[in-house]
Amino acid sequence: MAKDDLGMATEDRRQTLEASPTIKVNGEQLVLLPAGAAYWPVKETLIVSDMHFEKGSSYAVDGVMLPPYDTRSTLRRLTAIVDELTPKTIISLGDAFHDRGAEKRMNADDVSALSDLTKRAHWVWIAGNHDPAPPDHFSGETTPSMRLEGLFFTHEPESEPEPGEIAGHLHPCARVATGHHFTRRRCFATDGNRLIMPSFGTYTGGLNVLDAGFEGLFDQLTAWVMGRRGVYGFSRRKLMPDSPPVLRAGFARSG
Amino acid sequence: MSGLPAKFDDWFKDRGWAPREHQLDCLKAAQEGKSHLLIAPTGGGKTLAGFLPPLIDLFENGSGRGVHTLYISPLKALAVDIARNVSAPVDEMGLGLNIETRTGDTPMARRQRQKTNPPDILLTTPEQVSLLLSHGDSADYFSGLKTIILDELHAIGNTKRGHLLALGIARLRKLAPDLRLTGLSATVPDPQTLIDYLTPQGTDAEEAVLIRAAGGAKANVKVLNSENRIPWSGHSARHAWDEVYEEIKEAGLTLVFVNTRSQAELTFQALWRLNEDNLAIALHHGSLDVAQRRKVEAAMSRGDLRAVVCTSTLDLGIDWGDVDLVIQIGAPKGASRLTQRIGRANHRMNEPSRALMVPDNRFSVLECLAAKDAISEGALDGEPWRLGALDVLVQHIMAVACANPFDSDELYREVISASPYKTLDRPTFDRAIDFVSTGGYALRAYDRFKRIVQDQDGRYRVRNGRVAQQFRMNAGTIVEASSLNIRLSSKRGPKRPGRKLGTMEEWYFEGMEVGDTFMFAGEVLRFEGITGADVMVSRAPGEEPRIPTWGGGRFPLSSYLADRVRRMVHDPDYWPHLPDPIREWLELQRDRSVIPKADELLVETFPNGDRHFLVCYPFDGILAHQTLGTLITRRLERAGAQPLGFVATEYSLSVWSRKDMGEVDMAALFDEDMLGDDLESWLANSYLMKRTFRNVAVIAGLIERRYPGQEKTGRQVTFSSDLIFDVLREHEPNHLLLQAAWSDASGGYLDLSRLSDLLARVRGRIRHQHLDRVSPLAVPVMLEINKDPVIGEAREAMLEESADMSSDVVEALVAEAMRP
Repeated sequence: MAKDDLGMATEDRRQTLEASPTIKVNGEQLVLLPAGAAYWPVKETLIVSDMHFEKGSSYAVDGVMLPPYDTRSTLRRLTAIVDELTPKTIISLGDAFHDRGAEKRMNADDVSALSDLTKRAHWVWIAGNHDPAPPDHFSGETTPSMRLEGLFFTHEPESEPEPGEIAGHLHPCARVATGHHFTRRRCFATDGNRLIMPSFGTYTGGLNVLDAGFEGLFDQLTAWVMGRRGVYGFSRRKLMPDSPPVLRAGFARSG
Repeated sequence: MSGLPAKFDDWFKDRGWAPREHQLDCLKAAQEGKSHLLIAPTGGGKTLAGFLPPLIDLFENGSGRGVHTLYISPLKALAVDIARNVSAPVDEMGLGLNIETRTGDTPMARRQRQKTNPPDILLTTPEQVSLLLSHGDSADYFSGLKTIILDELHAIGNTKRGHLLALGIARLRKLAPDLRLTGLSATVPDPQTLIDYLTPQGTDAEEAVLIRAAGGAKANVKVLNSENRIPWSGHSARHAWDEVYEEIKEAGLTLVFVNTRSQAELTFQALWRLNEDNLAIALHHGSLDVAQRRKVEAAMSRGDLRAVVCTSTLDLGIDWGDVDLVIQIGAPKGASRLTQRIGRANHRMNEPSRALMVPDNRFSVLECLAAKDAISEGALDGEPWRLGALDVLVQHIMAVACANPFDSDELYREVISASPYKTLDRPTFDRAIDFVSTGGYALRAYDRFKRIVQDQDGRYRVRNGRVAQQFRMNAGTIVEASSLNIRLSSKRGPKRPGRKLGTMEEWYFEGMEVGDTFMFAGEVLRFEGITGADVMVSRAPGEEPRIPTWGGGRFPLSSYLADRVRRMVHDPDYWPHLPDPIREWLELQRDRSVIPKADELLVETFPNGDRHFLVCYPFDGILAHQTLGTLITRRLERAGAQPLGFVATEYSLSVWSRKDMGEVDMAALFDEDMLGDDLESWLANSYLMKRTFRNVAVIAGLIERRYPGQEKTGRQVTFSSDLIFDVLREHEPNHLLLQAAWSDASGGYLDLSRLSDLLARVRGRIRHQHLDRVSPLAVPVMLEINKDPVIGEAREAMLEESADMSSDVVEALVAEAMRP
């Protein structure tokens, strides 16, 4: 059985969807995939966020030579999902490209892999802060934000959100106790009114959902944590701040 | 008479001393321009033997251009101590020399001054040498260098820092052709490796001369035969605390060596509880604040102390006083290390050192006896000499490029003249250059961002000053776990920082809650929280420390001692030499199960409670046993035995499962092919492998060093090395850094070389005994299971015992084993 980077088994579509939890955001049903994307079955729409293509090569300019395979790895994982689910629409929630020069730095193989994906579904490129302009070489619709039925797609979560907001930008991570140690993973963060997507790019790190950056965004936060084979929900009280507990202004550890 | 200049001769005479023979031998070798290795026990006047030749040369010929003598020590504190010790005769003789130290702590202004106005003698560390060499003016700075003194060479030669230093020395030989090396070392089993280290390889240069100091009197070593019952397992040696206290009372200054910092804290507390005579007993370990350690050392020198409880921090370094007795609590782990520790009581070379070993449990009695025999035979255990690390090589190449343009053919010849790199092949060297230049990836993505570029004449130079600056900020070969300062909260509030007590690795505080208590610096402290890089604590006297202990500082049992222990157990003819309880224990094992023949591996299977157990006794050290445990657990899983966990000790391994393992094909289970695919697939997700990779990536300059409390700014790389590891494994499994990480893991955390030896040794010699209940020999490892419920990775942190063993567990197991 083939496995991708995050250890997600490429079983058939039905199995994948069954292994993935379905949640409701503003009344719309979404399936949270262990690979870090969300699927909207009634619209046959796949949602990914913060792919940050060519983040690795952006450091090379400064002499930091990271393995130049992050775009490749991100695309492989995305292709595996598209192979399984054959979505009609793919919404990229912004920051698909790490910077303006990213498209130019892409390897030819990666360019053709992405072009191929853009031909297999209708793409919506939501603008992000890293990629405010539409891509030069890849087709699809480009927009700063978009409403579709009960959902509103945008890059940065708003302080006064539209109902059903689906956003990215913050790269949420959760830290939970697992037996005698702790596990820190990317996660989907939601309270039923809005959903903040995990970052999909291979080299994207994350921000703990208990960090100040998430303050005031949720009423009753649930973090859906990406496991190797499934996505697991944790309520607010089960979540841990990043170690060590830090006494900083405005952020004291409770209990 | 001595051949010394009158001034030096008088200096000796004024003190009623005479130069020792080996000191004169070193002088003769030096005056003939020969590099040499001096092997002498502690207290043998090694430092003076090293410095006498350059001092005389400076006296007779005057200061030259730039630095005349470089002294390099593995410890920065040692460099400072030695500077003080050397300044004394220099001042007393009025030689008027300029002596300076340079370590990571040296202020910028003084470093600058050292550059513009080079001292005659510079005392420093390997990292600083490498940094000095990364500057363009290093050629000029070192052009007059005559002598390098390498202190504690036995402790550093076979490490990554030793590799970095070897490459630095190869460079210095180029810059200063007259250079002569003096290596100072404790007794080692194989001096040739150190002689090679001092001799340029693959050239017609004369080999360094070996000089041995006359051996001191043989040590008087005893193993404590405790009046009290020796525990089955555990490491506290609490059964012997009162006996240790009595020994301290009878002796002058006693050094009490223990194996870990937490044992040091525990023993220190215990001794003070017994200390009715109010003896001055102090504590010394690596986490304590430097100022505190200095205070203890000074008190030792003054003769104000009666005992110091210490860890390996006092293994190396200068003598701090007249040590009368050395006590080793717990298993000694290796004969060489024990010899070195015992040598601490050898301040006068002609008097025998006195040492007492205090075994902490039954197997450790055997280990102590084995070590005692080894010492009386003068036998030492060596570790295999490691090949030069590739991550260190790339760091060196970058340093060289930062200084001046280099020719790759010349640099290759220079690198292979350093003994750790003498077998390095040219293609690997070229890959290292490619790594420095572009990251060395098959996908040539970074060819236009090269860090080092070739001139028209083919020489490599660093692309620009910013790249060089970035390198100098990150250079160094020790990757320490991020440490946090432990500070008492000031009275003005729990978040206000007060006095610093010491430092501790960041992970220790993971999961600690405000109000948790722990033992540190000899007192019980309450955790108040963390601000930046400071852990705030308050004193909590009288409270029971709730957080158990911390790991680190554990060495695996050396293969040499392991072999001796194995022979003792396997050979009933030796048993009459053993203390009664141990002999009776082995006899019972013979009756209940079996004593394997020499070279056989005993594997026992039996039920206990609602689980089934498999216990084997390779005696190959905890690291190799852990790796073995991981791999056979995977195999048992495939065989359908439903294993639930395993626990390893220095001597044995126990695996438990839901299903009976009595029918398992043991020959197949222990087959060497486990080192192939099983190992490979486990490593993919192994925490140890990822940690190893992180260290390699930092040393090689791929990711930046992290300092706790330092906020990341701008475009620094903040994502984890785990991501890089995963991506490299998938897309470029043969990359240079993966090769370097693999080689580290094999020798280090995973101890693969030893596991591989073990499997080869027992092939066709597995003695499987299926029993209806636990055997006497299995009791110690079975007791570890209850302390240590976690499988795999987290266990590392929990290796330390929690001092209290519930006694009914012990009793029940022992009763079961003894039941007629």
